[in-house]
Amino acid sequence: MSFLAILRATLAKDLLLEWRSKDAINAMLFFSLLVVVIFSFAFDPTAEESRRIAGGLIWVAFLFAAVVALNQTWARELRNQVLDAYRVSPAPANPLFLAKAVGNFIFVSVLEALMTPLFVMFYKLRPLGPAWELIPIAILGTWALVVNGTFFAALSIRTKSREIMLPLLLFPISIPALLGMVNATSAILTGEESAKFWIALLLAYDVVFTLACLLLFETILEAE
Amino acid sequence: MPTPPIVVADGVIKQFGRFAALRGVTADFASGRLYVILGDNGAGKTTLLRTIAGLAQPTRGTISVLGSKEIKSVRAQIGYMAHPSLLYDEMSGMENLRYFAGLYGIEDDQSANQRCREVIASVKLDPELPRPVGQYSQGMRQRMSLARALLNDPKLLLLDEPFSNVDSRSAQEMSGLLAQMRNRGKTLLVVTHQPGILESVADEFVWMDAGKIVDRTAKLREGTR
Repeated sequence: MSFLAILRATLAKDLLLEWRSKDAINAMLFFSLLVVVIFSFAFDPTAEESRRIAGGLIWVAFLFAAVVALNQTWARELRNQVLDAYRVSPAPANPLFLAKAVGNFIFVSVLEALMTPLFVMFYKLRPLGPAWELIPIAILGTWALVVNGTFFAALSIRTKSREIMLPLLLFPISIPALLGMVNATSAILTGEESAKFWIALLLAYDVVFTLACLLLFETILEAE
Repeated sequence: MPTPPIVVADGVIKQFGRFAALRGVTADFASGRLYVILGDNGAGKTTLLRTIAGLAQPTRGTISVLGSKEIKSVRAQIGYMAHPSLLYDEMSGMENLRYFAGLYGIEDDQSANQRCREVIASVKLDPELPRPVGQYSQGMRQRMSLARALLNDPKLLLLDEPFSNVDSRSAQEMSGLLAQMRNRGKTLLVVTHQPGILESVADEFVWMDAGKIVDRTAKLREGTR
């Protein structure tokens, strides 16, 4: 049985489940929308101030919203103990992990695609640096959030208060990535410095944590 | 001629914190036989089944399945039906089984569809039923859960409460299906609180109490049906 076939089948199954239940995407959208609207009422920044704070606001909103999707990822495997059906099968662990991470990447990317225009509109954002660099920042930053998030959500799956446990585990370890995302985004919005160092940091972070998660996931899955 | 054991448990202890669910289970189960595991709630029946399936690791002692102590390596030959359905409520029976077929390496569309239809039909359900499993009756869900366990044509079938919430006619049909499987050389370990359903087809009744196997009988005791 091939690694890719299991990955594809698990991803397709997760997308189908999300399409039918809309558990994660609705909660994420609602949460992000609240952040945009509340912050825009709370602050009344000038265009210059907006450029300085928007990077932080955007990524913190996406980070908090992503936690909703990440909790849902494994919650649906716990209903009816379906995860046990995967565990008793001869399928290897890593396609499951990667399918979940890619699924979360798609959900959070959809959220970002929908919410970014609203951020731009509410905060009157116009990048002064090379705008195209926002694309690798979004891809690398989103992957950094979901790869660790998927892993730590799996780790906290059997704890009683897993919805609290996930942010407690995820946020501290995401600090280097969050710094990279926020500084890179701010650098492009203000045009004051190059974002290349932060993009390289994000890339290194993604590689290291993806490998670490892949190496450790089987132990997490087999744990009782 | 005695058949070789397919499951061998040697002094298996399973502890959850300070609670010992299994307290030194030593037993073997021969291939091609249908065993019914009985006992009160908390006797350790489900834990024994989960340990044999590789879902729980013994705290002490060893379990060997199909000649291997590394259960992971023989998973393709084990079928496991738990008390919960192990199915996605939002997907139809066929969609569920198609996904699980992929996990067992049945990837080709045509053979996967054919195999899924076969096992769904074998538990007397309609493979074309488009309804999500979440809208099935409890009995239908149990039968679909059995179909999932049969998907990989396992040599060893572990069934935890397969008849709970199943009407008596369906339970008799399921019992007949299990007997057919035993006659085809499969080994079945069935945990149930309704042993009467399997009385005529079981080869042996295994009695558990307080985490131990306390007796093994060829016939069901009076008053336990």
